[in-house]
Amino acid sequence: MPAPTFPIEQTAPVTGDRAACAIEFENVSIAFDEKVVLDSVCFRLPHGETKALFGVAGAGKSILLKMALGLLRPDSGRIFVLGEEVTSMSEQALFELRRRVGIVFQESALFDSLKVRENVAFRLMEEHIPDEEIERRVREALRFVELERTYDMLPSELSGGMRRRVAIARAIITQPEVLLYDSPTGGLDPVTSNTIIELIVKQRDVYKTSALLVTHRLQDAFTMATHQFDKNTNQMVVLPKGQHSEVPMSFLILRDNKVIFDGDAHQLVTSRDEYIREYIS
Amino acid sequence: MALELELISPIDVAKDFALSVQEYALLSAQSLGNFFRRPLYMGDMLQQADLIGVGSLPIVVLTGLSVGALLALNSASTLQRFGGITLIGQLVSLGMVTELGPLITGLMVAGRNASGMASEIGSMIVTEQIDAMRALGTDPSKKLVTPRVGATVFMLFFLTIIADLLGLCGGWAVAHLLFGLDSNQYWTSAWQILVFRDVFSGLIKPVLFGFIIATIGCYYGMSTRGGTQGVGRSTTQAVVASSVLILVVDFFVTKLIFALLGVR
Repeated sequence: MPAPTFPIEQTAPVTGDRAACAIEFENVSIAFDEKVVLDSVCFRLPHGETKALFGVAGAGKSILLKMALGLLRPDSGRIFVLGEEVTSMSEQALFELRRRVGIVFQESALFDSLKVRENVAFRLMEEHIPDEEIERRVREALRFVELERTYDMLPSELSGGMRRRVAIARAIITQPEVLLYDSPTGGLDPVTSNTIIELIVKQRDVYKTSALLVTHRLQDAFTMATHQFDKNTNQMVVLPKGQHSEVPMSFLILRDNKVIFDGDAHQLVTSRDEYIREYIS
Repeated sequence: MALELELISPIDVAKDFALSVQEYALLSAQSLGNFFRRPLYMGDMLQQADLIGVGSLPIVVLTGLSVGALLALNSASTLQRFGGITLIGQLVSLGMVTELGPLITGLMVAGRNASGMASEIGSMIVTEQIDAMRALGTDPSKKLVTPRVGATVFMLFFLTIIADLLGLCGGWAVAHLLFGLDSNQYWTSAWQILVFRDVFSGLIKPVLFGFIIATIGCYYGMSTRGGTQGVGRSTTQAVVASSVLILVVDFFVTKLIFALLGVR
């Protein structure tokens, strides 16, 4: 039986200038062992925007992020990242592009035999940057995630939340043009989750990096949409009613292998789609 | 509860096998090609050389000594019956240098290091560390596979020479201490029997075996699927495949050397 189709609610049609987009998916499909995971997925992430990607477990959210980095190849369709077509690039060319993109994996994916310092500095060490410069930048990145004290520790000595924060430090150390977060709060307690979201908001508002955030926790995305980072108090504060964050925030929902919603917070809460209403209630 | 058995088509099995061979060939070719492409991870190669070479030294020393001594012990009684005890040096020397030295060292290092490589890389696969490495702009075949291949080939060559030498020492100990053979006679006959073909055969094999051990270990590590159970499976398969391949390649290399350089 064919999967039911849902009207796609979008703020803007998926057309236009590719250079204005950090990420663009064009009719992307992928299947594993004949099981379709994503079917003709289209969306755009404009430069400077943060997009939260929702979907139930197994909806293909992590697969989508891996495809954006070229870690997986789609069966059909095209993917553009920073104006370059990832789907037609060789693995060697992809290594160059990936240096401009940061990713935080679901389980942090820190190198367990390397110390925190070496994990965070991995990219810099590969680029043969002088040791003093590496030390300065690693400390700066760890200070950003408030974990400078873990400099000489091994990942196994850190808690789950600390590992995610180190993974964020590793992703942002080169100040990438796009950041991909794969369920950064997955499996964490509410307090730690809030700390992680606060860091993501801080990163968004300080560096204004385009970001694609995969999550199944709607409250995380709503916190991001309704809060901003206050540099003076070094804290996340609630935005005054009716005021939007300087960095645009949008939402994308996947269901039954397809995108069923692509729009901002207002459109999301006023959606008449039954599934979406149930999802956000 | 009814037990359901899934029948697998022989064509699917053949296709999977062909795919594995293709992937292995690609990984092997890539690992060699990386020696001519920058960056070359010399630091990682030295670290692996230490782990593989220095780390394997105790077992190579022990097995080399034991095999040489056993070879002498088992053949001595037969040789003595025919009054040929003086030939013991020749027998140990030929056996160790052409066949047993490279083979035993290869199998020992395969058991220790092919499993280590498969489990280390396999664990990195299941915890997304390999994906993270690729995402950070680093080619895992350059960073992980090539240093292991280079280090294993280089170190196995020298480990084999050590095993050969210690095998001869083991043989001497048995011949001299148990059977009263003159040391000078033992070493002279052991030295004089060797010709270019024997030494060439004994030194080309560790190069091939080292390549097999590292590429098989890395291939099974890289193709690990299915969590910690998958890591265990890869580790076992790496040891079995590399050991079997070493024995098969040994046979064909020996046959090829016989064909090219003549039978003794």
